[in-house]
Amino acid sequence: MELTNDHIKQRLTEKFGEQVSHFTEPYGMLTFEAPKEMNLKVLQFLYDDPELKFKFLSDLQAVHYPNDTGRELAVVYHLHNMADNVRLRFKVYTDITVPDVFTATQLFACANWMERETYDFFGVNFVGHPNLKRILNVDEMDYFPMRKEYPLEDQTRADKDDEMFGRGGTI
Amino acid sequence: MKCLEEEEQFKASVMTEELLQHPKEQNIKLPEGSIEKETTTLNLGPTHPATHGVFQNILEVDGERVISAESTVGYIHRAFEKIAERRPLYQITPLTDRLNYCSSPINNMGWHTTCEKLLGIEMPKRVDYLRVIIMELARTADHIICNSVIGVDTGALSVFLYVMQYRELIYEIWEEICGSRLTTNIGRIGGFERNFNATAWQKLERFLKEFPKALKEFENLLQRNRIFIDRTVGAGPISAERALNYGFTGPNLRATGVDYDVRVHTPYCSYQDFEFKIPVGTTGDVYDRWLVRNQEMWESLKIIEQAYRKIQEFKGTDAEVYHANVPEYYLPPKKEVYTTIEALIWHFKIIMGETNIPVGEVWHSVEGANGELGFYLISDGGRSPYRLHFRRPCFVYYQAYPELIKGSMLADAVIVMSSLNLIAGEMDA
Repeated sequence: MELTNDHIKQRLTEKFGEQVSHFTEPYGMLTFEAPKEMNLKVLQFLYDDPELKFKFLSDLQAVHYPNDTGRELAVVYHLHNMADNVRLRFKVYTDITVPDVFTATQLFACANWMERETYDFFGVNFVGHPNLKRILNVDEMDYFPMRKEYPLEDQTRADKDDEMFGRGGTI
Repeated sequence: MKCLEEEEQFKASVMTEELLQHPKEQNIKLPEGSIEKETTTLNLGPTHPATHGVFQNILEVDGERVISAESTVGYIHRAFEKIAERRPLYQITPLTDRLNYCSSPINNMGWHTTCEKLLGIEMPKRVDYLRVIIMELARTADHIICNSVIGVDTGALSVFLYVMQYRELIYEIWEEICGSRLTTNIGRIGGFERNFNATAWQKLERFLKEFPKALKEFENLLQRNRIFIDRTVGAGPISAERALNYGFTGPNLRATGVDYDVRVHTPYCSYQDFEFKIPVGTTGDVYDRWLVRNQEMWESLKIIEQAYRKIQEFKGTDAEVYHANVPEYYLPPKKEVYTTIEALIWHFKIIMGETNIPVGEVWHSVEGANGELGFYLISDGGRSPYRLHFRRPCFVYYQAYPELIKGSMLADAVIVMSSLNLIAGEMDA
């Protein structure tokens, strides 16, 4: 039987009930979120379940939404079931003041550097990570550069106002 | 006999009582307070000829055996993801050039197709086929370098030179199409900036005619070469299970026996119209990786030939199509901008950010030359991405390197590294 997005959604809601939510399908890829304490349980379930078999972590990164109080940082997992060739996107949101998320390194060896990169740029603290230190930036750096409060360019330049980029005012 | 006796006497005179008490300090006088070590720490990189790029490996070696390794990357980090948050979509293409710079066109096409997915642009078949030609040429150029460099690192320099002139020919073809060679910035969102000219087609025909011979020669020199086989078989092997857990993709994953190829699993640019095989290996060692890449070059040639024939079949106005009919996203040719009012308006609108960019999040991946190159694009409706993340294949699988070389010889560590096809630009983004 073909593994459809509806079926994955059904399996997830059977197992986790109300805790998995916000199911959407942007451009055909099933996307959902769960509380951040649940991330390992959801990943483990997706990995172990004989029907779902999401055993390949394609990508892991974070997104910063500064205006979404209490859910400023989103950690996004892209998982791939290679046998049925189905992908899904799984998000957990965390407060920026306590950016603790459990590490996925026990499940996926490749999560090691991906999480280090996410820590490096967004400051997500992956609890239980074996070697959580900066990877691309210098060790002495004392901020997390991909957060939206760090502007890319000199703010005194009027010709490069954010208004020119279609979203009025500074972020 | 006399000789031996003399030697014995000499030894006895050197072995004073003091030295016998500290046999380790016979020759080397360590500075005060230093810790005596059984092993040696060795820096491989950041600027070492064997790394073929800027990254460091701190190896702990016992004699010639590698005990452990630690990799440091990020020497050429250029903050592409941050820069991309302030650039309109069409200005991000030059950033993607500088990821895997051995096969920039694949990155360019990957980015264009990601944008086209976001914007919902349907591409004409002829443009898809033109793109396939460009991408397969890029894959060939990339594999030529990687495979011949494995030869160089095992001590066979001449094979490198035999195939390099065909990489030059590929670069010339790109030059005819887009004007540049290494960082190509080829094509646009919605197609190509101009049609392939006659010289480009002639050079492509020459490539199709001459390259198989050179590739065959290249193959003959290495594939069944006793020295090459002895050096590469069993070096840096990995099981399919571990490779998947480590996020391997591309030829390195296929060398372990997993037939995963984005071109087949999630076709883009009409790859479903082509007949080709996915070569797979069994053991995942350096030799298998070499074989997989070598076979992929033959498959790429087959794809280019098919695409070439398919393009010849277009007749009339279809045979001139080189971009989709999407004036709101496709930058018009400069000549038209200066001569027609419509093109001028669209040009102005695109440059000033007055076209509608949909809100949404897109994941799109293409089969890069060294693995699955993914783009995760979040658009908030602004003309630049809200967030853009590149899934860079060699960044993901390079973390397996310490495991691959643990317990192997130092010389094997070097060829394992070159067989992984690590590109510093891609790793560091």
